[in-house]
Amino acid sequence: MPDSSAAKMVTQVTAMSRNGISDWLIQRLSALLLAFYTVSLVIWFLMTPSLSYDQWQALFDTSWVQVCALVGLLAACAHAWIGVWTCGSDYLSDHSLGARAVIFRFVYQTTSILILIVYLLWGINILWGT
Amino acid sequence: MTMAVSVYRYNPDTDQKSRMQDYEIEIPGGRDLMVLDLLELLKEQDPSLSYRRSCREGVCGSDGVNMNGKNGLACITPLSEVVRANKLSIKPLPGLPVIRDLVIDLTQFYQQYERIKPYLINDAPQVAQERLQSPEDRKKLDGLYECILCACCSTACPSFWWNPDKFVGPAGLLQAYRFLVDSRDTATEERLAALEDPFSVFRCRGIMNCVSVCPRGLNPTRAIGHIRNMLLERAVQPSPPSS
Repeated sequence: MPDSSAAKMVTQVTAMSRNGISDWLIQRLSALLLAFYTVSLVIWFLMTPSLSYDQWQALFDTSWVQVCALVGLLAACAHAWIGVWTCGSDYLSDHSLGARAVIFRFVYQTTSILILIVYLLWGINILWGT
Repeated sequence: MTMAVSVYRYNPDTDQKSRMQDYEIEIPGGRDLMVLDLLELLKEQDPSLSYRRSCREGVCGSDGVNMNGKNGLACITPLSEVVRANKLSIKPLPGLPVIRDLVIDLTQFYQQYERIKPYLINDAPQVAQERLQSPEDRKKLDGLYECILCACCSTACPSFWWNPDKFVGPAGLLQAYRFLVDSRDTATEERLAALEDPFSVFRCRGIMNCVSVCPRGLNPTRAIGHIRNMLLERAVQPSPPSS
C-alpha cells in the first residue's frame, strides 16, 4: 500500500491558530463584529445628515466608541489575516508552484502581516493617541 | 446528423503537450445516444483514442469525463443534455495529472480516500453475528453510502485542484461522514481529530460544484457541513477525563 503519510499530517505554523475550527470560528465571529460595527456607523451617519468635523471628533472622544472601534480594528486584522493566509495557501501552494512556493509564500505572508501590524498600530494611535 | 466533437488528446510517448483534436461524426438518428456511445463511435474512427469504461450503466464510475465544461459519467449522460449548437468538447476530469487522452491519474484522489479510513472501526468485543443497527441509524447512511468514487465531484472542486495533497475533497469527506455517523463505528474522536487542521475539511467554501456534478445526486456539501458541526460541538465540549 502506498505511503500516504504526507497527506495525513498537515501543520501550518503560520495559520492563525493552526486549527481549522478555531480559524473558522474566529473568521465568522470577526465578520459578525465587523458587520455590527459597520451597520452602527452607517446608522449614525444616517442620523447625522449635516456631519461636521466637531461631531465626528466628539463621537470618537467617547470611550465606548473607542472601545468598539478597537474591537472592530482587531476583528478586521484577525479576519484579514485568516483570509490572506487562506488565499496564499490556495494560490501559492507547493502543488502549483513547486519548491519555490515557500519563497513566494514567505514574501507574501511577511508583507501581509507587516501591513496588518502597521494598520493595527496606526489605528490604535488614531483612536487612543493624543 | 453530423456532429462536431472536440476531444482532448495527449500521448506521453509522442506529444510534448496536449492538444484538442476535432472530429466530424455521423450520429445515428432515432434515439438519444449517451456520450459513451459517441466515444465508442470515435474509437471506431480513431482506435488510438484512450478512455476508461466498464459497466456502461453508471455503477462502476470509470468513465468520468468533462463534457462541455461539466463533469459527469459519459455512460449515463445523454448527448441532448450536454451538446450545445451541435458541438461537444470532451476533456479529462480537471485538476489531476493526465496519463493519456481522457485517462487521468487518480492516485491523489485515492490517497485522500484512504486517509479517512473508509472502513468500520469498532473497539467493542467481536459479536457472534453481525453488529445490528436500528432502522433509524441505518437511515442516516442514506445519501452517503451510494458514492461510487467516480471523482467527478472532487475534480470539480477548486479547493481540491489547489490542494489535492491536503484537502480531503468532497468524495473523501462524504465517506468520512458516512463512517462518522455510523452507529457501529467507535472511532469518532480519532476521525474528527484527523480532520481538524485548516485544510482537510475547512478548505471547503461551500460553492457546491460537487453537488451540481454528482451523477448519483448526492450532496457532499451537506455532509461537510455536518462534519463541521461535529468538529464545532467537539471543540466546545469539555474534554473527557483522561484515564
